[in-house]
Amino acid sequence: MSPLARLLAARLASGVLTLLIVSLLVFLATEMLPGDVAQAVLGQSATPDAVAALRAAMHLDQPGWLRYLLWLRGLLTLDLGRSLVNGLPVASLIGSRLPNSLLLAGLTALVAVPVALLLGITAAVWRGTAYDRVVGVLTVSAVSVPEFLVATLAVLVFAVRLHWLPAMFYGLDLRSPGHMLLVFAMPVATLSFVVVAQIARMTRAALTNVLDSSYIEMAVLKGVRPLRLVLRHALPNALGPIVNAVALSVSFLLGGVIIVETIFNYPGLAKLMVDGVSTRDMPLVQACAMIFCAAYLLLVLLADLLAILANPRLRHP
Amino acid sequence: MGGKAPLVTVEGLRVTAGGGRSVIVDDVSFSIARGEVVALIGESGSGKTTIALALMGYARAGCTIAGGRVRVGGVEPIGLAPAALARLRGRTVSYIAQSAAAAFNPAQRIMAQVVENALIHRLRSRAAAEARARALFRALALPDPDGVGALFPHQVSGGQLQRLMAAMALITDPALVILDEPTTALDVTTQIEVLRAFKRVVREQGTTALYVSHDLSVVAQMADRIIVLRDGVVQESAPAAQLLTAPAHPYTRSLLAAAAPAPRQAVALPAGAAPLLRVSGLVAGYGPPDARGLPAVPVLHDIAFSIAPGSVLGVVGESGCGKSTLAQVIAGLLPAARGSITLDGEALAPRAAGRTREQLRRVQIVFQMADMALNPAHSVRRILARPLQFYHGLRDAALARRVAALLDMVRLPQALADRLPAGLSGGQKQRLNLARALAAEPALILCDEVTSALDTVVGAAILDLLAELRRELGVAYLFISHDISTIRALCDQVMILYAGRCVERGGRQVMQMAPMHPYTDLLLSSVPELRPGWLDGMSATHLAEAAGGLTRAAARLACPFQPRCAVRLEDVCDRVPPPVQPLSKGASILCHRGEAELLRAQATAAPLHASAD
Repeated sequence: MSPLARLLAARLASGVLTLLIVSLLVFLATEMLPGDVAQAVLGQSATPDAVAALRAAMHLDQPGWLRYLLWLRGLLTLDLGRSLVNGLPVASLIGSRLPNSLLLAGLTALVAVPVALLLGITAAVWRGTAYDRVVGVLTVSAVSVPEFLVATLAVLVFAVRLHWLPAMFYGLDLRSPGHMLLVFAMPVATLSFVVVAQIARMTRAALTNVLDSSYIEMAVLKGVRPLRLVLRHALPNALGPIVNAVALSVSFLLGGVIIVETIFNYPGLAKLMVDGVSTRDMPLVQACAMIFCAAYLLLVLLADLLAILANPRLRHP
Repeated sequence: MGGKAPLVTVEGLRVTAGGGRSVIVDDVSFSIARGEVVALIGESGSGKTTIALALMGYARAGCTIAGGRVRVGGVEPIGLAPAALARLRGRTVSYIAQSAAAAFNPAQRIMAQVVENALIHRLRSRAAAEARARALFRALALPDPDGVGALFPHQVSGGQLQRLMAAMALITDPALVILDEPTTALDVTTQIEVLRAFKRVVREQGTTALYVSHDLSVVAQMADRIIVLRDGVVQESAPAAQLLTAPAHPYTRSLLAAAAPAPRQAVALPAGAAPLLRVSGLVAGYGPPDARGLPAVPVLHDIAFSIAPGSVLGVVGESGCGKSTLAQVIAGLLPAARGSITLDGEALAPRAAGRTREQLRRVQIVFQMADMALNPAHSVRRILARPLQFYHGLRDAALARRVAALLDMVRLPQALADRLPAGLSGGQKQRLNLARALAAEPALILCDEVTSALDTVVGAAILDLLAELRRELGVAYLFISHDISTIRALCDQVMILYAGRCVERGGRQVMQMAPMHPYTDLLLSSVPELRPGWLDGMSATHLAEAAGGLTRAAARLACPFQPRCAVRLEDVCDRVPPPVQPLSKGASILCHRGEAELLRAQATAAPLHASAD
């Protein structure tokens, strides 16, 4: 096995191991929540026999480790159990929400990543200029303002005052671009705020580092023009940190959008999970937590693999 | 230089830094005729690189070209529009940087970088440019000229990269080539080959060149004319031979003197004293140990020596030979896999953590990079106070007195006590490092290339200080250096390392007496001499040996020098570990060849370094 393959395999294996540990933590955390689920489902008036029967049916009478293994097997076979609240399969509950979350995250990434890269690269190229300082101040401000504030202000201005955009999300029509623009404008803009700032700052830092190196000075002295200098000489060497920043930000989009989904009443996965917590719907909460963790790990793993592949020292030892 | 107009004229060049507050280059004027090689020589901060870059209309961040005129082949680069500058750079004037390892883009293959010049200036098609590049690789004596272009920079050695960068500069047939310390980062044996390749190509193509260097001996081999700079001002400009034999300016004379340092006064050591430090059977390296407890990447093999109290052992070798590793093992920073280290007869634990405070106090270390060994946030006083408190429990007035005494000892003014390291010069920083080591009142100081990062004149002052401290305090040194003249100037005993093996060990004088280990012979004859014809007069034997270089495969042979060695015994040297052999001159070598055989080989091959001392 080549060293590169071994490195990639080791990275993949550690990803799988991390996911396993995460599953254990998620299971333990939800187990530790107080209250008997069977009692909660059947209510105060249930007979002890009925409660015991339900406990047996839910495997609650079995030891914890066995229930963990059963749950793990369920995860692997995509049998996520049934909701305790409405009895529907968790898989179908999630299935109805996941595409919405992916759509919101995808649209935001589509808008935010190019804007962020452009800002970061231009700021690095013109570092020390007034433009660089303005971008710096704006991105710091954007990172520091909490998104609920941005979202609330956006609603106040664009929906309440100007009546340009709907304040609440009211259903999807994928065939009408105008409609898409209208309903997604505010959620996407709010999410982009933070994401653009983070990626732009990381890109600027990584690229600045590279632009100050000897081989860039050498390229300048060879008569390389600025555009080629940045795209061909500098960017490939800054790829690792930039890809990592993008991956972290996009994984934030998938998992950390609870506030935005709540404010705009968007039917996404995060909102489903919040509802699950408030109704003690443990199978639902567990499944959602696993999806968020897995998505995060997958993106970070992907970024690591890309960074490894982008490094010629590792590709050609 | 004839009646023809010179290719380059510089008139009243002035470069400032910090928005005009300090002048780096002041009123510099010179010219370079077509086909001439002119050297700019001076110490760090003399403005030589700044002048060279100004010929390309380039000033590093923080610097401004504030005045003067520069003409290169009818173009005035100063004040030129960016597009016109880009046409000049790499096309009319090209640049060979000091560290090829840093100047090659790690993410691109070598060929792409070498031909880029020709492509962006639209001089040749890609195929034609690559063919030209391969021809240049051949002219520069690169091994595997057809395959090297497909490699990435990290897959090629430093000496080869430096030649590849020369190909990159020459591919556009520029009117002027600037060589900025192109061999300074290389080992001496590697330097020979690179210098010869440069010289041949410059001669064959009739290239006009500006050679920037701090090393007079190297410049003596390359230049037609030498310009001596100091603090951005021209001190002297004369034809090379004249400047080297009859320097007019006192500063030139001091540079020439520093280039060949005189031995410092030797100290009479009490005979038969018990050794201070004794090392035997030392094996060390990096990486996880295997089943036998040996490291995955062995660096030092079976090293044995001892140091008498108050004496100096010099350790010489080229980069990667394990000399710094040796200092780290003795300091307990890297535990040895095998072997023992005793201090005054008392065994030292392999790790620093296992040693007593008293043992730690008695062995101190000073590093090459004076900068990085000092905490930039601590004042000079605080840096010196720490070991005084830790080892001697000093406080208050006693502490202040001792700090003042230490500053005196290393000739640093008391006024510096409250400065941060950033406010000190390179030489002052190294003095501070030395003072910190002395604060512990050690019996032995491990000096790891302590003068290598300093200018010759500054380094010579540090050598003087070391010699004086040893006389006054009776402290012993393990003095590590790649520079043979420094070793000769200071050390009583010398040990020569090659690929982690001690190939020769003996007193300072025996290092100049034949016979010697074949590697010692090569190393000594590779040190450039001030004589202009030295490079061209090197013996074919030494040239062949210098060309080899140490490969990873060779490092695993019984004698790693075997593939390069002119007197190797086929089927013996690569398989049978060479014995330690005493020589009648009072040294011991690691070699299969007998004394008479070596003497015969070295007498016929190279009478060159007989003139060295």
